[in-house]
Amino acid sequence: MRIRLRLFAMYAEAFGADELSLELPAGATVADALAAVRREPAAAKLPPRPLVAVNLTYAKPDVALSEGDEVALIPPVAGG
Amino acid sequence: MPGHLTDHAIDVTALAAEVADPGCGAAVIFLGTVRNSPADGDVLGIEYSAYPEMADAEWDRVLAEAREQWPMARIAMRHRTGYVPTGEASVAVVVSCPHRAEAYAASRYVIEETKTRVPIWKKERFGSGATRWTANTPEATRG
Repeated sequence: MRIRLRLFAMYAEAFGADELSLELPAGATVADALAAVRREPAAAKLPPRPLVAVNLTYAKPDVALSEGDEVALIPPVAGG
Repeated sequence: MPGHLTDHAIDVTALAAEVADPGCGAAVIFLGTVRNSPADGDVLGIEYSAYPEMADAEWDRVLAEAREQWPMARIAMRHRTGYVPTGEASVAVVVSCPHRAEAYAASRYVIEETKTRVPIWKKERFGSGATRWTANTPEATRG
């Protein structure tokens, strides 16, 4: 299944893109998506356990993904 | 639910008017402003960016939680995106309540949750022309 992975702030700078397209097997989890991202060279700049959001909500590594989900890597937040 | 992000200067008076009510005897206004103390160096301003759809979704959740704890609270907030010069407000939270104890508590809750959960990022811009990403915590822990 194809998953759209959104990037922001310093992560978007590191990858030189604000979006990655991942091809994952059915039943893949957030952890699987992260493993796929880590195959990119720019992923060396990511922290050990980056925050992930699925469909606008924070999601733990064991959350299962579905076709068309919007997944995002969330850098350390700095609002307020 | 209206969006909480704006790329314009925040109109605090208008924001307070959104939640004013004859039944409310207290309004607490919190402003977070871009500062430049000696320890910070020569910060001219901060460039704020956001994941807009999730920021609004997260704020909807934060405000729902606040209303659950303080049912009488009327809350409005705005956060700026784009460049905010030193001294200007990047975030405003207005809470109107019948009494001040709840207004102070709800105001604090909203800003604290904003700082730990909402997907917004900031890049300081210095007089030297240098820029630097900053975070509220050394490493993201929420999630």
